[in-house]
Amino acid sequence: MQNRYLEISQVSIDFPTDGEPYRALQNVTMSIQKGEFISLIGHSGCGKSTVLNIIAGLHQATEGGIILEGREVNEPGPDRAVVFQNHALLPWLTVYKNVELAVKSVFKGTKTKAEIGAWVEHNLELVNMTHALHKLPGEISGGMKQRVGIARCLAMQPKVLLMDEPFGALDALTRAHLQDSLMEIQAQLGSTVVMITHDVDEAVLLSDRIVMMSNGPAASIGEILHVDLERPRNRVALAEDADFNAYRQQVLRFLYEKQKHPATTAA
Amino acid sequence: MLAKLQQLQTKVTFASLYKFYDSAAKAIALPCVGIVMFIFIWQITASNIVTSLGQFPGPGDVWNQSKVLVTEHYQEREKAQVFYERQEVRNSKKLANNPEAVVKIRQYTGQATYFDKIVTSLYTVAFGFLIATLVAIPLGIACGLSDKIYRAVNPIIQVFKPVSPLAWLPLVTIVVSATYTSSDPYFEKAFVTSAVTVALCCLWPTVVNTIVGVASIDRDLIDVSRVLRLSTLTHIKSIVIPSALPLIFTGLRLSLATGWMVLIAAEMLAQNPGLGKFIWDEFQNGSSSSLSRIMVAVITIGIIGFILDHLMLMIQKRFSWNKQATLR
Repeated sequence: MQNRYLEISQVSIDFPTDGEPYRALQNVTMSIQKGEFISLIGHSGCGKSTVLNIIAGLHQATEGGIILEGREVNEPGPDRAVVFQNHALLPWLTVYKNVELAVKSVFKGTKTKAEIGAWVEHNLELVNMTHALHKLPGEISGGMKQRVGIARCLAMQPKVLLMDEPFGALDALTRAHLQDSLMEIQAQLGSTVVMITHDVDEAVLLSDRIVMMSNGPAASIGEILHVDLERPRNRVALAEDADFNAYRQQVLRFLYEKQKHPATTAA
Repeated sequence: MLAKLQQLQTKVTFASLYKFYDSAAKAIALPCVGIVMFIFIWQITASNIVTSLGQFPGPGDVWNQSKVLVTEHYQEREKAQVFYERQEVRNSKKLANNPEAVVKIRQYTGQATYFDKIVTSLYTVAFGFLIATLVAIPLGIACGLSDKIYRAVNPIIQVFKPVSPLAWLPLVTIVVSATYTSSDPYFEKAFVTSAVTVALCCLWPTVVNTIVGVASIDRDLIDVSRVLRLSTLTHIKSIVIPSALPLIFTGLRLSLATGWMVLIAAEMLAQNPGLGKFIWDEFQNGSSSSLSRIMVAVITIGIIGFILDHLMLMIQKRFSWNKQATLR
């Protein structure tokens, strides 16, 4: 592991309860390279979101920490942009203004007014949303809202893009469209992405590595699967690809055989 | 085929006609039925109540008395007009005789009419409501954002919230008399006392609703703000206030309604020349028309309260980002 861009180092977290504190994560350690696409997959309640929130700085690890480009990070910041499952756009701002708010707060003092405007439009163009610049989030579809959410994050020029089940709330066709868009954008920008998903196909299609998490309490990394499929990937061609299906099977086996009984397999 | 189509068409028009009739009935006819029934019951009840000031006024008496109040208003205005014309003539004569003469222009000091009193009341309630709003919204935002401030302030809110305006009034009167001692006051003392009492009582609904609105902002939006590292001011301006706006407005509407109710009591005791004082004076006066005149004031107060609430609703609609939401 020569390129340690983002390091998750022996992270454990306790949540306070009425009695003993609840240990949600135990000793999660992982290195992520620049430009890599990582998926976190696991059953509900295994702490995937908690890992993402700790990287984002929204939660504080009880033990261990996060190192990004050699510096420890422990509070939220625009270098680790988060795409939320429910888009989290401000409903009273237009599509344009939502992205502009992010650009203005990140590039305050470094970009002129005209540059800010151009940068906002450029990022909305990346996600094909220039036709709805002045619409409110309530006036566009769920898929479009998620596109805007992604544009808002890309516009911050983050070092890492964190995605918390970004396509979970969308229908299958819209989801496929957005997955393709995301692959294109990632190929174009070389973004480093950590994405949480429930969807095995999505994980195999998009990722360089799939991190499979064991069940909680005291959840940890179960297995890591390297996905060596050539890019650009085409979902139709891959549907019959033997390698693709083998990867799929490995993830399924982990989820439904090895991690089937949370109580007995918990570390 | 054609016959069938025609049949269908008549059916459609009949249905739409019925729908129109139905909505018209709901919008106009039913409220009218309610009002007519109310007036009927009022008439019956009033004719059975005999007081020391004579028969309790029925709808007819009240209607007549309201016309008298309007007439009195115009008579008073006419008197003022005549007064100013006379003054004008006198002054120009004086100047014609001696161009060096110093002319005095006096204000007409007649009685305040019923409409003047309504204006005074509106002005007073607006002032009190404004003070309350300027205090309540920032306080509510501070409490909603910080659990520590909330815990510190909440007991005080809970204790002062249920206090009647009549309890505050003597204190406010004495404090205003003691502290507001300008020799050439811009505001009457009675006005300040009434407005401050209104403010003290209508503060709370806005405070409480703002706290709830601010405390219930979507977690995700707060996380967005944290990721963007928005400054506190930008956070409040672009996330907190728009999120809490619907509840802030609910609070403001409740506050204005409370303020308007409190105002009448405050004016009675503080002798601020508005509708409250009008009722008090009529009560003290005890003439045969007093009860009718008070009844006119009661109805006026109700109608103005209703209009004020609708005004707030219109402002709320104007400021609401969610045009789909039904506001009532």
